[in-house]
Amino acid sequence: MIDVAVTLRQGAFFLDAAFSGGPGITALFGRSGTGKSTLIALIAGIRRPDRGGIRIGDSVLVDIEAGVWVPPHRRRIGLVFQDGQLFPHLTVRQNLFYGRRFRRDAQSGIDVDAVIATLGIEALLPRRPAKLSGGEKQRVALGRALLANPTLLLMDEPLASLDMARKVEILALIERVRDDFGIPIVYVSHAVEEVARLANTVVVLDQGRVVADGPPSAVLVPRTKESALATDRFSLVSVLEFRVGGYDDRYGLTELRRSAGQIFLTGKVPPRPGPVRVVIHATDVALASHVPDRVSIRNVLRATVDDVARDCHPIASVRLALQGGGHLVALATRQAVDELQLGPGKPVYALLKTVALDERPVGGVNAA
Amino acid sequence: MDIGVFTLSLAEWTAVRLTLRIAATATAVSLPFGIAVAYGLARWQFPGKGLIDGLVHLPLVLPPVVTGYMLLLVLGRKGVIGSVLADTFGIVFSFRWTGAAVAAGIMGFPLMVRAIRLSIENIDRRLEAASGTLGAPPVATFFLVTLPLALPGIIAGAILSFAKALGEFGATITFVSNIPGETQTISALIYTYTQVPDGDIGAMRLMLVATAIALIALVSSEMMHRQAQRRLTVAP
Repeated sequence: MIDVAVTLRQGAFFLDAAFSGGPGITALFGRSGTGKSTLIALIAGIRRPDRGGIRIGDSVLVDIEAGVWVPPHRRRIGLVFQDGQLFPHLTVRQNLFYGRRFRRDAQSGIDVDAVIATLGIEALLPRRPAKLSGGEKQRVALGRALLANPTLLLMDEPLASLDMARKVEILALIERVRDDFGIPIVYVSHAVEEVARLANTVVVLDQGRVVADGPPSAVLVPRTKESALATDRFSLVSVLEFRVGGYDDRYGLTELRRSAGQIFLTGKVPPRPGPVRVVIHATDVALASHVPDRVSIRNVLRATVDDVARDCHPIASVRLALQGGGHLVALATRQAVDELQLGPGKPVYALLKTVALDERPVGGVNAA
Repeated sequence: MDIGVFTLSLAEWTAVRLTLRIAATATAVSLPFGIAVAYGLARWQFPGKGLIDGLVHLPLVLPPVVTGYMLLLVLGRKGVIGSVLADTFGIVFSFRWTGAAVAAGIMGFPLMVRAIRLSIENIDRRLEAASGTLGAPPVATFFLVTLPLALPGIIAGAILSFAKALGEFGATITFVSNIPGETQTISALIYTYTQVPDGDIGAMRLMLVATAIALIALVSSEMMHRQAQRRLTVAP
């Protein structure tokens, strides 16, 4: 659907990235300063690459070597900024309709009423952006981009300046936009929960280069021992996919299953055909050589140790191969690793506390 | 007390009307150029930008008489450009009220450009980028986003230029002299009054009129500026 292969030098920073995105959501993931937003600017046409090209479907937007350059206003690419960037001198209604006067075919495209209803912004129409909250601004920004009838939507950290409740709200809206309007989305974020929830494909960027790409559960696990130890331990995570099982009404817990075992998540996750993805922080995983009987932890996943990364630091990272496939990273003290004699091939049980798992970014969760 | 002393004479009325006409013309004609130059200086990088910037600001630092004399050399009846304009198009500036408007416009130009340039520099470029991604060609973005957002600065710049034109004296008298009914502005008439024995009363009357005009301009600009700032602009 979209194919990007570009290079751009700006001062000491060198961007050299190539990736492809299909239908659904392609997430550009990485820490700040790795070139995600620069890539967005290149795709939108706000900046020009030194070399390379950008293609959407069959239409070539940029091919520097061949001298092709389509200006931003002819690209039909919608852009949603972190802070909305609504026009402050126009009302919400005028913001929403801004793009339509430039698109002669806009009438045949996206339905105005459907967008306004989906985003729940009917009541905001006569207001000015200065009077809107952060979440409301993002809804309007999303609507404004949609109503210009784009063939691709770019979102540059659209949730970064929102609180958790608003994030959950907008996340659900982005999914509805993806499903209802069928527009492919390139989504930039450094928040693993957002990427785990939304992305069909994740493109991981580091220092201007693509270091991995693929489905979230394959990509959002540290690749190498070195990278696991180099990462700040509180941001080291794994993403696991589960099938949604039954909901226990008495305790307000949903059972999630995969071949390695089952876990419980607080709240009700509605049954669905596809899997749900849960972000598991490596600091929240405990390891045991047998299943302990009288502990509060109910979530046990069967695994074998894949490898152990340790240096003279007090903390070691243990990568587990889960029974039936998939990987999970756990952090433990070097002392514990030695006492349990954890090494490649050793069978272990990974223990997870339900209360440590964040159900809020998981799609469709209703509070218990 | 005889209120007759407060009644403007015919010559004074003529000077007041002429001054307003000159200031309004100077501001209106220079405004599009002011916006264009301010936009160029705020947004574009090009060789010789410093030189253009310096030229625009020159009237602010030069003695007004020097500016007036330069105008005489360039736009006068026998000037480099003035002779061409006169011979080819029949356009003459020297000793005409239009020449006074040119002098006033040039003297106010740096003030106008500064105010507009500042307000353009303060616009978040991402708003213009957003406009582009929504399908607006650059010209549409300029008129629908940039110009409305720069409106407070444009109003401020226009009023500054208008006020400068009201009081302009040195360049005007050098370039177009002090001809009653043609180039004799309030300032020039006050000057004339101070040169004759019984001119005090007339000079004082004009002083009051000039103060009143300046105050009205100032207050109305403040009101317009606040209005524009609050809603940023009237929606198109």
